[in-house]
Amino acid sequence: MSVNQQTIPVTQSAIGEGDERVRRESFLKKMLTRPELGSVSGALLVFLFFAIVAGDSGMFNADGILNWSTVSAQLGILAIGACLLMIAGEFDLSIGSMIGFAGMMISIPALYWGWPVWFCIIFAFAGAMFIGFLNGYIVVRTGLPSFIVSLAFLFILRGLTIALSILFTNKTIVSGVAEVAQEDVFAAAFGGEIGTGFFNYLASVGWIETYSDGSPIVTGIPMVIVWWLLLACISSFVLLRTKYGNWIFASGGDAKAAKNVGVPTDKVKISLFMFTAFCATVFAACQVFEFGSAAADRGLLKEFEAIIAVVIGGALLTGGYGSVVGACFGALIFGVVQMGIFFTGADSDWFRVFLGIMLLAAVLFNNFIRKRVTGA
Amino acid sequence: MSEFILELKKVSRYFGSVIALKDIDMQVKLGEVHCLLGDNGAGKSTLIKTLAGVHPPSDGEFLLDGQPIAFASPKDALDRGIATVYQDLALVNLMSVTRNFFMGREITKKWGPINVFDTQKANDIAREGLAQMGIDVRDPEHSIGTMSGGERQCLAIARAIHFGAKVLILDEPTAALGVKQSANVLKVVAKARARGLAVILITHNVHHAYPVADRFTLLNRGKSLGTWKKSDISREEILEMMAGGQELADLEAELAEFDRLDAKQAS
Repeated sequence: MSVNQQTIPVTQSAIGEGDERVRRESFLKKMLTRPELGSVSGALLVFLFFAIVAGDSGMFNADGILNWSTVSAQLGILAIGACLLMIAGEFDLSIGSMIGFAGMMISIPALYWGWPVWFCIIFAFAGAMFIGFLNGYIVVRTGLPSFIVSLAFLFILRGLTIALSILFTNKTIVSGVAEVAQEDVFAAAFGGEIGTGFFNYLASVGWIETYSDGSPIVTGIPMVIVWWLLLACISSFVLLRTKYGNWIFASGGDAKAAKNVGVPTDKVKISLFMFTAFCATVFAACQVFEFGSAAADRGLLKEFEAIIAVVIGGALLTGGYGSVVGACFGALIFGVVQMGIFFTGADSDWFRVFLGIMLLAAVLFNNFIRKRVTGA
Repeated sequence: MSEFILELKKVSRYFGSVIALKDIDMQVKLGEVHCLLGDNGAGKSTLIKTLAGVHPPSDGEFLLDGQPIAFASPKDALDRGIATVYQDLALVNLMSVTRNFFMGREITKKWGPINVFDTQKANDIAREGLAQMGIDVRDPEHSIGTMSGGERQCLAIARAIHFGAKVLILDEPTAALGVKQSANVLKVVAKARARGLAVILITHNVHHAYPVADRFTLLNRGKSLGTWKKSDISREEILEMMAGGQELADLEAELAEFDRLDAKQAS
């Protein structure tokens, strides 16, 4: 603040009018301070790349699109939870293990204890969110880094999943869920498809390819994609347009400052740990009802993939800054590249190399953005 | 309505065997800037934390608007109109002006059954609040990371005033600021006084305090040396009392002793 600004009468800066001290920034520069920028432009580049390299491989046919969008959606669901939590300044490394655990919480009671499927689903959500609560409670109560606490839960949950499934079923892969879940509406909400009639119609007018018997090769949109879009819209709205969203930013930006002005940071953080657990369970439920089975090793390394998607999406690891839309585009990049490499026929080991490079580039880019935003 | 909005009578505060404050008397009037001066360790921080409801007094009486009162928490003090702006300002650098202004006290509007943060109105209020402090905010949706220290200080003050503070406690508001920014913050203090608030200004810089303050209370080693009106005391007198005339004389004697020893060694 310089002295001559003092001499400007307040009335001169009429609300709504331009301010001579705001330098007109180019559109590009303004966009540079948006957290989503990196992942949106990254996604465009990736699409462009595969359109050129793998355009004729079937990657952009109806079933190809379904393929990579399903992969993206699965990761996207996890990334949404991880994103909100990271903005609030915490991590949850246990989401991968939670997927395996939640899958078993659905399958074992349904197959071995004779519980109705809808009740198993509620049981799994309640159980997972309770563990999420525990995770968050320990973090806010002890003040330990969430990295350590959730790392402990990564091992505890994975161990429990294997030990308990052997204890109850003598197996680590439980299959046959599809049979008991056939008539269940709750199960259909995770493993079903929507728009079947619409796709039949598209096939009948010849807009999408069909098998020789006339049935379309894509029969509908899997619920996992619906969940992804639904959670993305709700989460983004909550983050940007509600009181609670402001608290999420404040808790991650500076928890002490937030607490001093009356933001219940502990409650915000605990509820977000519960939300990540919820997201992991949505993922698990979709997988269980799609494949009809649960396995103790499901979700391995998913916690890191989710964090990568969130960071590519522009969130700062230190909290206080990020975007749900960005995280979703991060997940989209992930899915497109993973399936794109498969479609191009390249060795899938290259996927990991690409992933590492993407992560590094994203972090460097985010650092640059943060410096711009904080003016440091 | 009492003559004083805030009154301390023989307030003491102990931490175990440590006497942090002893028999402090202090009266704060609306529309006045009350300056609390003291060197490091004089008990300034303990005193403001007592005023802000962080530490309840161990002894003595605390009157708010003539009524004896005991704050249960800083939040309680805040709800009764005593707002404290600490040195860390309780602002989040990555968040926008508006989001900081309303942090923890967001205004909402109804969208059907959903309460949404009323961004438009919040922007206008934040801009208006800062304009009254003489800060012409650029874009209320810009993050405050790009604001100067003085502007941030003013934002914290404007926020406290907007949310109904009657007594504004400022903890060393000029400590980390340059000359121009300090002048700016002091102007904001004067503006707050003009709006009828009581301002308690904590500082150890007499040169900052003297131009705006109406009353001075000097603290030394947990005790109050007294309260003076500005007309009754000069800048030099304050300085001398703060430094402790005797202590300065002792220091000079000690330095002379060092010089003598050095001269002796050199010879």
